[in-house]
Amino acid sequence: MRKALLAASAALLLVAGPAMAQQKTIKIGFVSTFSGPVAVIGNDMRNSVELALDHLGRKMGGLPVEVIYEDDGFKPEVGKQKTDKLIESDKVDFISGYIWSNVLLASLKPIVDSKTFLVIANAGPSQIAGELCSPTVFSTSWNNDQTPQAMGTYMNQKGVKSVFLIGPNYAAGKDMLAGVASTFKGKVIGQELTTWPAQLDFSAELAKAKAAKPDAIFVFYPGRAGVQFLTQYAQAGLKGAIPLYTAFTIDELSLPLQKELALGVPGAQQWVNDLPNEANKKFVADYIKKYPGHKPAFYGAQSYDAIMLIASAVAATKGKLDDKAAVQKALEKADFKSVRGNFKFGKNHVPIQNFYLQDVVKDAKGDFVLKTVATIVKDNQDIHHAKCPMK
Amino acid sequence: MTLFIEQCLNGLQFGLLLFLLAAGLTLVFGIMDLVNLAHGSLYMIGAYFAATFAAWTGSFVLGAVLALGATLMVGMAVEVIAMRRLYGRDHLDHVLGTFGLILFFDESVRLIWGPEGLSLPLPSWLNRSVQILPGVNYSAYRLAIIVVTLTVAAFLYVLVMRTRIGMLIRAGASNREMVGALGVNIKLLYTLVFGLGAALAGLAGLMQAPILTVQIGMGENILILAFVITVIGGIGSIRGALVAAIFVGFIDTLGRAFFPDLLRMVLSPAAASTAAPALSSMMIYLLMAIVLVVKPEGLFSAGNK
Amino acid sequence: MTPALTARNIAIVALLAGLLLMPVFAELAGNRFLLTLFTRIVILALAAVSLNLILGYGGMMSFGHAAYLGIGGYAVGMLAHEGVLSGFVQWPVALAGSALFALIIGALSLRTRGVYFIMITLAFAQMAYYIFAGLARYGGDDGLTIYKRSQFFNPINLSNKVQFYYICLALLFAAIYLVWRLVNSRFGMTIQGARSNDIRMRAIGFPTYRYKLVCFVIAGTMCGLSGALLANHTDFVSPQMMYWTRSGDLIIMVVLGGMGSPFGPLIGAVALLVLEEVLSGITEYWQIILGPLLLLVVLFARGGIDGLLVKLQGKERAKVRS
Repeated sequence: MRKALLAASAALLLVAGPAMAQQKTIKIGFVSTFSGPVAVIGNDMRNSVELALDHLGRKMGGLPVEVIYEDDGFKPEVGKQKTDKLIESDKVDFISGYIWSNVLLASLKPIVDSKTFLVIANAGPSQIAGELCSPTVFSTSWNNDQTPQAMGTYMNQKGVKSVFLIGPNYAAGKDMLAGVASTFKGKVIGQELTTWPAQLDFSAELAKAKAAKPDAIFVFYPGRAGVQFLTQYAQAGLKGAIPLYTAFTIDELSLPLQKELALGVPGAQQWVNDLPNEANKKFVADYIKKYPGHKPAFYGAQSYDAIMLIASAVAATKGKLDDKAAVQKALEKADFKSVRGNFKFGKNHVPIQNFYLQDVVKDAKGDFVLKTVATIVKDNQDIHHAKCPMK
Repeated sequence: MTLFIEQCLNGLQFGLLLFLLAAGLTLVFGIMDLVNLAHGSLYMIGAYFAATFAAWTGSFVLGAVLALGATLMVGMAVEVIAMRRLYGRDHLDHVLGTFGLILFFDESVRLIWGPEGLSLPLPSWLNRSVQILPGVNYSAYRLAIIVVTLTVAAFLYVLVMRTRIGMLIRAGASNREMVGALGVNIKLLYTLVFGLGAALAGLAGLMQAPILTVQIGMGENILILAFVITVIGGIGSIRGALVAAIFVGFIDTLGRAFFPDLLRMVLSPAAASTAAPALSSMMIYLLMAIVLVVKPEGLFSAGNK
Repeated sequence: MTPALTARNIAIVALLAGLLLMPVFAELAGNRFLLTLFTRIVILALAAVSLNLILGYGGMMSFGHAAYLGIGGYAVGMLAHEGVLSGFVQWPVALAGSALFALIIGALSLRTRGVYFIMITLAFAQMAYYIFAGLARYGGDDGLTIYKRSQFFNPINLSNKVQFYYICLALLFAAIYLVWRLVNSRFGMTIQGARSNDIRMRAIGFPTYRYKLVCFVIAGTMCGLSGALLANHTDFVSPQMMYWTRSGDLIIMVVLGGMGSPFGPLIGAVALLVLEEVLSGITEYWQIILGPLLLLVVLFARGGIDGLLVKLQGKERAKVRS
């Protein structure tokens, strides 16, 4: 018995020898928000990461994978601290996650300084696409202003002549409002920024928007604030009076609470759950199977892509992660099946991708669901890539 | 002009809602001399109860009434189990102990209801806007909040100024020892007052729920505002709390509404839009600082502390 | 008086020795994050020591002490953003800025007492919070990344983790010593006298308002130094540094460790932050344990951990006697 075991382990050692000796497990740190009311976003991301690991058989390039989740508590300085811990204590090979632009910007320095590979799964502050771009930093999401730019384009198509902008006063909020203003050809007749995340009563802003009599209102309120905004928008009697256009305000996580309030409110997105490609069908179906009662949102889709991207690079370099240049090359190739179909990076490591118009409808079962209506822009690249010194 | 009227109503509604929170706080503060940071947790619990009961019973009003009773019970239980042991202690002990309670309540709610939060849908007769003046439409629900809170304020006035319990409450606020010396069952009075404060906080929470939805930690931001009001109004004074609450409500709302435009006249648009929300939030604290510098015990101080 | 071999003294000596040897331990364990964590603990302990001076000895319940953390931090951050990297400029500005702020709010706040003092200090700290949140040039709400730490002459290099840790530790020890000397001086006696009976102190001819104000400014300046260190440590400053919950954290450290005891704030800072780190490693719901724990400390351990140690010592003595 003992001999057999010995022989078996010796054989195993021979097969896996070189890789095992070099590195036992691939370690990925994942920073997101897992506490407080926005934990619902973090949970969607974690669920999708776990699903991606299931699909990979919990292995990348034949090596076992360990994902260490850290909670940023929705606060930049906590996120920074957790990032330090992942780099210095856990010595992770990759870092991923980050919902919030301000948390990411605070955490960026130690990641770049330590040359740890970062795959951002949501936040897209404009600096990272531009002057702060880095060889080791990648994104599977978007740059903040791309999605609202698409929305601005759509509003032009709809013949909207004037718009009132409302959003939260933090890095992403300002990027979003600037984004919509940059492509919208009509007149921006007012803009309100609200204290983030403390302010949840938008009555003063809605009253101002109403008084300005615009053709349309554009908002950006991620997470729970989106539910609050839609509720108050309806209560103020604006539903049906002034049409609403959104970015990142209605998604699968907020929809169960927004329900009929979200009916007919258009949004722009680079991923929608009904995109007709095989990877996406598998992702959505297995997600619903694995987490009954939950549906994946774009946060999850981007996280799933982030893990798949990392897996593709680990496989391409056969787990030799010390060769930073090779890993970077492999990541740049983006040789994986993305849930949004074709996937390629610009030279600043931000995806070049389509943006779709999504709408809320009632399905056959009476559930509220998001569906793709049209493609607004094709192969869109962020406007900041010119400022990125990388080639 | 219609915009101004609407913003004033918004300010009034917010102020009156803050009054509900501050009234409970100022009573507990004034009578038991207890700094209760966990007051915001009772606000949150009221909202969670209301959303749960409304979903069970299918009725918004019934859910609200049940939630009110439940919050009252929770409040009295908290008083008997924990708060009672803190009376007579240093204020710092209160801060630390009740801060511990906040953490406990937040996490308990997360364990019971999950992190997603709940929504409390309004019945259709409230979920619309009504014409209050020619050309001025206003949210029916916000109007309802104004009416309910004014009724509660009147009820509190009668309770405090015209009943025996109210007499004890007033006496307790100005001289605690004397009330005890007169042979009043002070333990029971304290439990009742704390329960009343909890119910008021719960009422504020459940009325905010349809506007802001129900979530963990919803009480923490508003708690500090309630404290500010309590202090501006003078600790232990319900009348002071009402005046200060309406003041704060107006300053907050009108500040957010008109401050950005004023700032745009002197600053670049980008700098103004960053500075305006921050500076208008600051005005409330500025008001408190000014009041305290001029009148170090608040506008209507009840006690002689 | 010779220091006795009591439980309390042994615990404190062990703690100090542990702090002195931390970099060695982190090196041996191959865990550099341990050093990062303890640098943070030491810096916040310095802030807690400064708060203890006014809270524990002076009886001034400031609920806005984190404002100086922010002012000290932003002095470093804003100057670095403008290209002024010399620590010889940054640090004096940080100290002067917090001293000035402490002087202004102290002068106004010390007119009130009790809960009103708590609230007015909170109000000023919140105002500072919103002012920095409104500065678009320095990142507003999002905060400001510091790309280069304060520069001093060679061989002092704050980017060297071990060196930076020892600098922070030396400053912490210096602050504890300074507070100890201060409270045992005539000045300190006056402050403590004013805490227990302000009217009597005034009656016998001490201008207590002025004494308290000086004490308030010293504490604010010390906390400003802690802020400058914190900014260098995290390479990042944000208005969150001065939010009221952060002031609350500092109060918790002081009360948990033991108010009005020289080493209390240090013990409290180590206990709270290590507890947070350990509990959050065990369960996502760690606050459900920490919350009641705080309440229990308040209810049953008056005088905090240091008080418990003293009680232990008392019991030992009683045993020896019997």
